[in-house]
Amino acid sequence: MTETQAPVEAVGTARPTLLEARDLHVEFPSRGRAARAVDGVDLAIGEGEIVALVGESGCGKTTLARTLLGLERPTSGSVLYGGTALEYGSKALKAYRREVQLVLQDPMGSLNPRQTVYEAVAEGPRIHGLAGEQEIVASALSRAGLRPPERFFLRYPHELSGGQRQRVVIAGALALEPKVLIADEPVASLDASVRGEILALLLRLRDELGLSALVVTHDLGLAWNIADRVAVMYLGRIVESGPVEQVLTAPRHPYTQALLSVLPESPERVVLTGEPPDPTRIPGGCRFHARCQVLASGRAAEAGVDGRCRTEPLSVLPAVPTAQAACHYAAVTD
Amino acid sequence: MALLELDDVSVTYRIAAGEVPAVRGVSLTLDAGTALGVAGESGSGKSTLAMALLRLLPRDARVGGRILLDGDDVLAMKWGRLRAVRWAEASIVFQGAQHGLNPVQRIGDQIAEPLLVHGLAKPDSARGRVAELLEQVGLPAWRARSYPHELSGGQRQRIMIAMALACSPRLIIADEPTTALDVMVQAQVLTLIKELLAERGISLIMISHDLSVLADVCDRLAVMYAGRVVEHGPSREVFHDPKHPYSAALAAAFPTVGDPVSRLAPKGLGGDPPDPMDLPPGCSFHPRCPVALDECPTLDVKLWPAGPERRAACVHVRPEQAEPAETTLEVS
Repeated sequence: MTETQAPVEAVGTARPTLLEARDLHVEFPSRGRAARAVDGVDLAIGEGEIVALVGESGCGKTTLARTLLGLERPTSGSVLYGGTALEYGSKALKAYRREVQLVLQDPMGSLNPRQTVYEAVAEGPRIHGLAGEQEIVASALSRAGLRPPERFFLRYPHELSGGQRQRVVIAGALALEPKVLIADEPVASLDASVRGEILALLLRLRDELGLSALVVTHDLGLAWNIADRVAVMYLGRIVESGPVEQVLTAPRHPYTQALLSVLPESPERVVLTGEPPDPTRIPGGCRFHARCQVLASGRAAEAGVDGRCRTEPLSVLPAVPTAQAACHYAAVTD
Repeated sequence: MALLELDDVSVTYRIAAGEVPAVRGVSLTLDAGTALGVAGESGSGKSTLAMALLRLLPRDARVGGRILLDGDDVLAMKWGRLRAVRWAEASIVFQGAQHGLNPVQRIGDQIAEPLLVHGLAKPDSARGRVAELLEQVGLPAWRARSYPHELSGGQRQRIMIAMALACSPRLIIADEPTTALDVMVQAQVLTLIKELLAERGISLIMISHDLSVLADVCDRLAVMYAGRVVEHGPSREVFHDPKHPYSAALAAAFPTVGDPVSRLAPKGLGGDPPDPMDLPPGCSFHPRCPVALDECPTLDVKLWPAGPERRAACVHVRPEQAEPAETTLEVS
């Protein structure tokens, strides 16, 4: 309990960078146009750091995560691991995947129903030709909280509860002793009471094994529960980032403010109309300006920045651990 | 007066392996113009209960007790009467809006269908009514010509709500209406539901695993575990000051951002929801309960008064000095 009151400055700063996106762009062709799913992102994940990547569906967060895993190739820019740019040859990628592992959402969909727990967890070590398979599987299962591990070896996914299945998926990732986990909505398909246990497991893996994690989610409560740092993504860009305490209790970007305001307990709601706009038609000026409540309310005009909001694009936020927001209004009013 | 009254409702599925008691003796009352939230996780029986209200369960489900809609027992209704009640008096909004809509039929025709079936509109007047309904859920009238795949998830959920409103029912049952939606779209849909409740005096039963969402929309909350209501009362009180340890766990599962207690301290319950075919003896929650007492594995506690307008099924809410009365406690 006392650990939770640790000073804000202790986390998120001065950790050596392990995984980094540098000026990353990922485009897909979409009905004759280019969808700029990731449109200029700098993001660093430090050793032993948990970073939450937050945004609505369609904001590009899953594409960013897949690109960091080497599953998508950037259109431009690069992914760096330990300071070295990622190479996309099959051998280099295989080596990279021992270090950076994916944890999928929906364990029912990501586990083979005809494979036992043992087979599912042993798959990675086999591909990488690791010796001592049984010990590896047993230790991965017990680290993921399935104890005693032998009891689970011969079970099939349908014999397990949702929480246990998610633990098997995490064990599969742990079997290769990675340094980084990339988890896409790790608890979205789990029951409320089980959710906390899985999040606690991710925190414990960080504390015990020094694992870093990028957790992709639309759930700000999850970021508050486990992340050191949060990056808020909107339409292909990170619009605000920094230590969780700072960003989530004193948000500076109007988009982050709106996301927080619609949480059930918050006093005053800013419900943005419409859905996130289309990545094939990213608006000029600030990409959020068409939905921005600060611009619409006239506050941006009072501060004399409304013209810039509509016409002047914001520069890409650098990969620094301190709090920052890509907003003309925040820049002049803070 | 009560619009809906559930009296000792039970639902048992008969499957090859035996009997599955999904709902075990639920009694609840919903006053006209109010909203009741039913919370619980998978296997708690909350969706089964919702389906039972309009007799939408499969044949292998046996429903017991009484479900009184405006004093009329739904379980005893003849088929023709039941058909008239569905849509016109009570309608359901299902979760997963993409599966509830016909992919090859235009939105407008789907919304018009219940109107035509119930004789509430002629084919030529239905179009105007559809436009009106679309407007009520915040969509432009030209959307009537769209197909479901041309809409986003939030828009499809609005269509489902428009369909539920079509025959001006007095009661809407919404099963996880926002679960698959993004936060901002969820906020839009919840705002719409709250406006409809306030403006049209509709009653609502909303089912969700997210206690914070239910507390936001509903007047009263019932928390279900293993087929039973384990706590009910005014929603703010149940959410902020839960009396049953399971309600407390559900409330803590979705942290309040900014609350130092939950920072880097996710809260969960050990163990998993019980198998309805193999329920633990005594209090069904005892194997996962952080405050279980020695008697909990043998003592089946029923709902007990836990404050003004509140009840909870936990040994801890018994008046401290009082002897357990035979009528409210059963030793199994």
